[in-house]
Amino acid sequence: MRIARVVEIARASIMPLVASVALAASIAAPLVAQTSSDTYAIKGAKVHTLAGPPIENGTVVIRDGKIAAVGANVDIPAGAHVVDATGLEVYPGMFDPITQMGLDEVNAVRATVDVTELGDYNPDVVAATAVNPASAHIAVTRASGITHVIAAPGTGGFDSAGGGVISGQASAFNLAGWTMDEMQIKRSVAMVVNWPTLETRSFDFSTFSIQEKPYAEVKKDYDKKIDEISDWLDRARHYAQAEEKGSPANFERDLKLEALVPVVEGKLPVLVVAGKARDIRAAVEFCGKQNLKMILAGGSEAWRVKDLLKEKKIPVILGPTLRPPEEEDMRYDQAMAQPSELFSAGIPIAFSSFDVSFSRRLSQYAGVAVAYGLPHDEALKAVTLNAAQMFGLADQLGTIEPGKLANVIVTNGDPLEIKTEVRYLFIKGRLTSTDNRHRDLYEEYKKRPEPPK
Amino acid sequence: MKTSRFLLALGLLAALVSNPARAQNSNVILIQNATILTVTHGNIERGSILIRDGKIADVGTDVKAPEGATVIDATGQFVMPGIIDCHSHIAVDGSVNEGGPSVSSMARIPDVLNPDDIDIYRDLAGGVTTANILHGSANSIGGQTVVIKLRWGKPAADLPFQGAMPGIKFALGENPKRSGFTPPPGVPQRYPVTRLGVEETIRQAFTEAREYKKEWDDYDRRKAAGEPNLIPPRRNVTLDPLVEVLEGKRYVHAHCYRADEILMLLRVAKEFGFKVRTFQHVLEGYKIADELAAAGVGASTFSDWWAYKMEAYDAIPYNATLMTERGVVVSINSDDAEEATHLNQEAAKSMKYGGLSSNDALKLVTLNPAIQLGIDNRVGSIDVGKDADLAIYNHDPLSVYAVVQKMLIDGQVYFDRQRDIALRPALEKEKQELLDKEKKAAEPEKKSEEKPAAKPERKKKPGKPDAGETGTAEGGAL
Repeated sequence: MRIARVVEIARASIMPLVASVALAASIAAPLVAQTSSDTYAIKGAKVHTLAGPPIENGTVVIRDGKIAAVGANVDIPAGAHVVDATGLEVYPGMFDPITQMGLDEVNAVRATVDVTELGDYNPDVVAATAVNPASAHIAVTRASGITHVIAAPGTGGFDSAGGGVISGQASAFNLAGWTMDEMQIKRSVAMVVNWPTLETRSFDFSTFSIQEKPYAEVKKDYDKKIDEISDWLDRARHYAQAEEKGSPANFERDLKLEALVPVVEGKLPVLVVAGKARDIRAAVEFCGKQNLKMILAGGSEAWRVKDLLKEKKIPVILGPTLRPPEEEDMRYDQAMAQPSELFSAGIPIAFSSFDVSFSRRLSQYAGVAVAYGLPHDEALKAVTLNAAQMFGLADQLGTIEPGKLANVIVTNGDPLEIKTEVRYLFIKGRLTSTDNRHRDLYEEYKKRPEPPK
Repeated sequence: MKTSRFLLALGLLAALVSNPARAQNSNVILIQNATILTVTHGNIERGSILIRDGKIADVGTDVKAPEGATVIDATGQFVMPGIIDCHSHIAVDGSVNEGGPSVSSMARIPDVLNPDDIDIYRDLAGGVTTANILHGSANSIGGQTVVIKLRWGKPAADLPFQGAMPGIKFALGENPKRSGFTPPPGVPQRYPVTRLGVEETIRQAFTEAREYKKEWDDYDRRKAAGEPNLIPPRRNVTLDPLVEVLEGKRYVHAHCYRADEILMLLRVAKEFGFKVRTFQHVLEGYKIADELAAAGVGASTFSDWWAYKMEAYDAIPYNATLMTERGVVVSINSDDAEEATHLNQEAAKSMKYGGLSSNDALKLVTLNPAIQLGIDNRVGSIDVGKDADLAIYNHDPLSVYAVVQKMLIDGQVYFDRQRDIALRPALEKEKQELLDKEKKAAEPEKKSEEKPAAKPERKKKPGKPDAGETGTAEGGAL
């Protein structure tokens, strides 16, 4: 395994002095992606905690899956595995908050895709149910420094189309583990709502042509959908009251309404996927009236409604910055410049791939935003801390602080820069292999002997 | 008419005309104090490039500006050769696929070039100066292709790269066998639906092409011998371009994924005596790098796309590096108007995946695609005598933080970021005025003698389904 090949870990001896000296690797090479959950000390690195200024020559101690200590003068506990990271940099692991990870293996092969259920209203389906821990995407993605993600049903990305209106519950999980139970951070972190759009033109795949509908007809469909969402929420409120006040024997259990109860109680955020300014405005107004906790997802025209988003304190998970402008006559760098514009307006932002196979481009999306004006520190937070805050996971994730989950990456430079490599990867406090399908194929075919002439 | 696009084009044209660089002596330009990434002879710190009549006249550290020369000061900036995108579908009016027959060699992309496609401007703003405009991949043998320069603002006739070899698109695997496409009810499936049939389709076509060529050769020979009353063979516009392929007058750019289908086409090409110029995508090229090198074909691939379809499941981001190390001439292409705006970044990924040197990474989007398209005597590096097609960045173009500042084609500034920014308020204003006018025109029963303005059609460009791989076709939006 890769760990044994590249990671030189010195198991600290009983003598603390020896602990800091890198001895020959003493960990046997187990056929697992992760080592056991022991105590580790990463030393000699520049530590970017994102909770304060970077620490030169810092040490991070990891114990029982959590960060135990971080600082310039931290003692390395006896028995700790020491990772000599001199000349390297330590960052919190990156977080891709909207993906179809584990739900979409090969997008064009229907049998391998479990993203979008039939029907418009499926609040009771949960991504975690079908995340395949053996998906090749998981190891490929973590090799780029992404340690945890959210899989969101009904969302679409580069190579997949989303669907449904209330499409199900999104799940947060670590990108390592034998089973979903081991990987799971939180089973339900948000309810996905694909905000209905007023589109008079749509592309019809069956006839391969653009279909036009009169505005009146489209508006009618739209209003109907909004009424339906409203109705679902009303029924969920009544259901909650019945559950609270009535005897369970007196009403039939309804799984869909049950799933919506945390939403109407404001405990579970709604992840509203919307792009157009008009749709965002409508969604913000709706969520305000309904007292829902809204996170905007996508938001390609969020810049048009930044005052509203600021006023209502709506955080935004931005789609890829590498995407064309929405309209032909928009400035060519609209998508790349928007993060800076939203940040300047005081709106919390996070980057996301909205994808599976492109999840590893997350850092590139953030880097591009820096090129167009977003402060570098903020871009780093927008791939680590910010999304954790939006989903109420910041007590566990997002910075390198004692008590938090030890999802940590050790790199040879700026993690937003393209050529930077992730040298060590800790997920839930375990040293995790950066091996993956791609490197395996590379190593395999690199060894192919020259064919006979 | 797509009003907004038209206006934008007008605005930028106006800007080009009022460009001070052109008002002065536009024939002689000096770019000075830049870090010059020549690609062929290393990097030059604080160097200058002298441009005369659209060509690079001098490169070095002690090049002085001749009298009257326009000087572009690039202190702290980086100049690299304009990016060459070996697989593009921009500037095409309408669909890029003639999806009827599986041999559509009669379809001609050069006939449907659209100089107003905003993607020309956007890709230019992303560092691209030359693009290989291909037919789609729905057919075993697709349509005829054309290499263009991104001369935004010029008419269609001025886009083609003069002297570049014409090409033809071939396609293997899932796309020509239409595995991702379900015909509408009542419409039968199209032959072929297997890789077996794709090979058969190509062999059949070249068998016919050879016969056809023989008929013409025969006719030409007899005519030359002075034989009277000859009737020429009937012209076949489907077979003409295939004859050109057999005669080495037209390049074959073959869309492919799997190693087996790549070897298949190499066998077919050998059987019929033609050459494949480039394999496009070639995501499993790393599995047969030695065979590709031995065949002397180019490989034009993606940086890190994978798993969007079955034949892309073994794709690896080390593909470019591994093939390069085995002696294949490799380029990184876009197949997508947006992806083309950051090919410099995509090339940089080969440094991370497999450890290509920075110069070899740069070659993936400059010299190597130029070699693949047979235009490396003209473009692809910063050398004296080559076309002055240059990209000026504010940082090292292999960094994610690099932003294009200026773009030159044939020594003329076709993009200037500062000018683009300066133009924005005026364009916004103009757009708003149009919208207001539209609104006013829509108001009923206005007692005005003014004719109501024609309602501008505001449509989002539909996707180009199956242009490439993804099959993502966005719906239009209003």
